[in-house]
Amino acid sequence: MRGRSPDWRGLRLPGWRAWLLLAALLGAWELYVDAGGADPLILPAPHAVARSLYTDRSLLWSNFLVTAEEVLLGILVAAIAGLAFSIAIHLSATLRRAVYPLLIASQTIPIPILAPVLVLWLGFGILPKLVVIGLVSFFSIVVTTLAGLAAVDPGLIKLMRTFGASRLRTFRHIELPSALPGLFTGTKIAVVFAVIGAVFAEQAGASSGLGYLFEQSIPQLLTARAYAAVVLLSAFAIALFALLTLAERLALPWAYEPTGEPS
Amino acid sequence: MIEAPVQGPHDLHRRVGVWVEHVSRSFVTKRGVVHTLDGISLRAVPGEIVAVVGPSGCGKTTLLELICGLQTPDAGTVRCDPAALMPQRDLLLPWLSAVDNATLALRARGISRDQARADAAPWLERFGLAGFELARPARLSGGMRQRVSFLRSLLAGKPVLALDEPFASLDAITRAEMQGWLDRVLSSEPRTVVLVTHDVEEAVVLGDRVVVLSPRPGRTVAEIDVPLSRPRRRTDPAVVALRERVYEALGVGA
Repeated sequence: MRGRSPDWRGLRLPGWRAWLLLAALLGAWELYVDAGGADPLILPAPHAVARSLYTDRSLLWSNFLVTAEEVLLGILVAAIAGLAFSIAIHLSATLRRAVYPLLIASQTIPIPILAPVLVLWLGFGILPKLVVIGLVSFFSIVVTTLAGLAAVDPGLIKLMRTFGASRLRTFRHIELPSALPGLFTGTKIAVVFAVIGAVFAEQAGASSGLGYLFEQSIPQLLTARAYAAVVLLSAFAIALFALLTLAERLALPWAYEPTGEPS
Repeated sequence: MIEAPVQGPHDLHRRVGVWVEHVSRSFVTKRGVVHTLDGISLRAVPGEIVAVVGPSGCGKTTLLELICGLQTPDAGTVRCDPAALMPQRDLLLPWLSAVDNATLALRARGISRDQARADAAPWLERFGLAGFELARPARLSGGMRQRVSFLRSLLAGKPVLALDEPFASLDAITRAEMQGWLDRVLSSEPRTVVLVTHDVEEAVVLGDRVVVLSPRPGRTVAEIDVPLSRPRRRTDPAVVALRERVYEALGVGA
């Protein structure tokens, strides 16, 4: 039996060039601020951010846990809702025509406008955060999942009809698996939006979280701490992206197989 | 019109076979109405292998879809036993193993995966796919993929097989091998077969009868019987002579 082990190609840590580039950028930033190019209260130097990451580590960590929970739950909700929504508008052309323009319009609403309304309706708990994260993540998930559903070869649908398959079984055996790579792609894109969404949602009304910490640190002139929060958020987004990539390789190994004849 | 499925594919008596009578089919496109088939008639008695050859765009795929009940004729009658399609490209699902692709028709009827795999196991062995049961299509050669695709249509258990240029995508050597293979399979597993092909030699080697279609709109221009024993060698003078007759009917004679 062959063809069982997943293909790990392209799943490497960033190479030395990426680290070199990062070091060069941080160095330039450090020199710029140290030479008096910018007020450290506006733009703190990397060493100050690094110091804050260390000295404020327990504060940052406890707030990170709050934001991480919001983001993870929000992404999960968005992925499930996105898949369900994609299936519904894939199966119903009427629904697609009615809802798709509204879906696009919903993405143009700035979150800072929407977030206070959600806080008003849903309170200061995790719920309004999940809604915001869900809203900003939903669109990319729906677009890529729908593309997967629509890319199914019409010949396969005909084939299933000659096999006497019901619409439901055709969907379950053909269309649903075809949609899964799109679901993963959309969720990977959504991770970045989800983190930003979490910050906006927390700024609109929260008592903890990295976005809340960010909001509190600026007026207290603790700019380096605000930057430290941003560094953590970025690292979290990168880690989530990598984790999803890994999960996709494990769940859908076939999507990464090079096609070709065995030699 | 499609008759209700009968017991199994093996009782070929009391069957209609394939009966297409004076069928026309046209499509409305942006450029106007395209007449794909114009009063075509095609008859395959149960167990017969009818090869259909014709120039590109003569409506061969439309004909197969009519036989499979995927389309209805504008005029004329289609009476056929239940038919399973074998598409031109193999259309194997990249996420399924060879055995799970082969049993798609069984799964489509609600048979469990384990049961379907058990039913298909001897077939994979017979089709030279032993050891590749759990390999996904990306790991299979072109000939193996085509065998899985054929097995998938065969296991649908329909008395009629509608083969749409099944070997067109293969290289010449593999194609010749696959034609010999299909000939052996069909002599042990008789089915009513409508084989659409561009390959005149394939039509003469495999068909009991060769039906030649005109360019669009497709209509029958010749029917040539192939009263030769099997397996047929493509170098056999009788095969060569019949091949020339088909070319003549197509209007590309020497």
